[in-house]
Amino acid sequence: MSRQGTRLDAKKVNSELFTLTYGALVSQLMKDYENVEDVNKQLERMGYNIGVRLIEDFLARTASGRCYDFRDTAEKIQMGFRLFLGVTPVITNWSPAGDEFSLQFESNPLTEFVELPDHCLTLKYANILTGVIRGACEMVQMEVTSWFVQDQLKGDSVTELRIKFVKRLEDAIPAGED
Amino acid sequence: MVVYGVYIVSKSGGLIFNHDHNVPKIETEKTFSYPLDIKLIHENKKIVVVFGQRDGIMVGHVLISVNGIPVTGRQLDDGRDVFEVLENEENFPLNLRFGRSKMTTNEKIFLASMFYPLFAIASQLSPEPRSSGIEVLEADTFKLHCFQTLTGVKFMVVAEPQQQGMEVLLKKIYELYSDYALKNPFYSLEMPIRCELFDTHLQSLLDTIEKQGVSNV
Repeated sequence: MSRQGTRLDAKKVNSELFTLTYGALVSQLMKDYENVEDVNKQLERMGYNIGVRLIEDFLARTASGRCYDFRDTAEKIQMGFRLFLGVTPVITNWSPAGDEFSLQFESNPLTEFVELPDHCLTLKYANILTGVIRGACEMVQMEVTSWFVQDQLKGDSVTELRIKFVKRLEDAIPAGED
Repeated sequence: MVVYGVYIVSKSGGLIFNHDHNVPKIETEKTFSYPLDIKLIHENKKIVVVFGQRDGIMVGHVLISVNGIPVTGRQLDDGRDVFEVLENEENFPLNLRFGRSKMTTNEKIFLASMFYPLFAIASQLSPEPRSSGIEVLEADTFKLHCFQTLTGVKFMVVAEPQQQGMEVLLKKIYELYSDYALKNPFYSLEMPIRCELFDTHLQSLLDTIEKQGVSNV
């Protein structure tokens, strides 16, 4: 997403190209691994590697400050989805302790043309997103986990991604920040 | 608009990028007769002027060549020892070239890792809690501007003291870094940045700023 000129008017890419490329990646992984659990794991790991790099782009583009509250984080993650995928998920289902929330997607650009075949009902098709979120949060010294609780590919009405705050990575906070 | 150099220090304190931009070259050549009226000593693998400043040859300048033969350490490139040549009256008159010493890559890495604890100490010395580290370090001949990202990477620019708008430049460099270093699939994190696209875009950013000022980028 290299860009010239004004920052927020990023050079737009047709999302279908992206959707299809991701589809090719997943189907290749299915061929390579055969075991669906391994594919889920690989997708998460790839997402992590993307997340640790993508966070810098997010910070450089939005000039956002550090989050001192998980509600800030939720908004930033939402903003990230808008920036990089062009969708605005709804933030809902806060846990009473405020350390867990859900992102609900009406539509997920990753799954636009996808129907899951019967033999891979345990495949978490968009699992790369959980990795991206984990990697990105880790770089700003927050450990989170996330998982899909509802998936339109599996017959649910919406796709729901649950995100849980684990801890602040105190050791990793850069000097002059804490 | 004069920017002397750009440095990037990784999260763990290593220098991962440096770029010398616009350091004016100062070199003076002069013919000397016996005895030499400048005091020279051998220090840090260089021959340095310690006393007797004149004609543009300043204390701290290093000896670059003798009669056009380059000096490495205390040796001439033809194998003779510099001090033996300078003490021998028969060799005179001699053409000596002096100049400002250049920092080697090793020295830069060393200085970058020195800045890292300095930055941390500054934030701890602060009378107020939650202080940032050093953001600007000012001297009579330069000003160092430092910008630390939330992920802990430090971007530094050394520029003329009266230079304005360096914060904007630092943010721009951060954008270039996130585009051309981090999105390069063959760049591994925390390693020195050897990405040609990054170099060329940085160079053109600095050129634009030099010609049109910071407000136009």
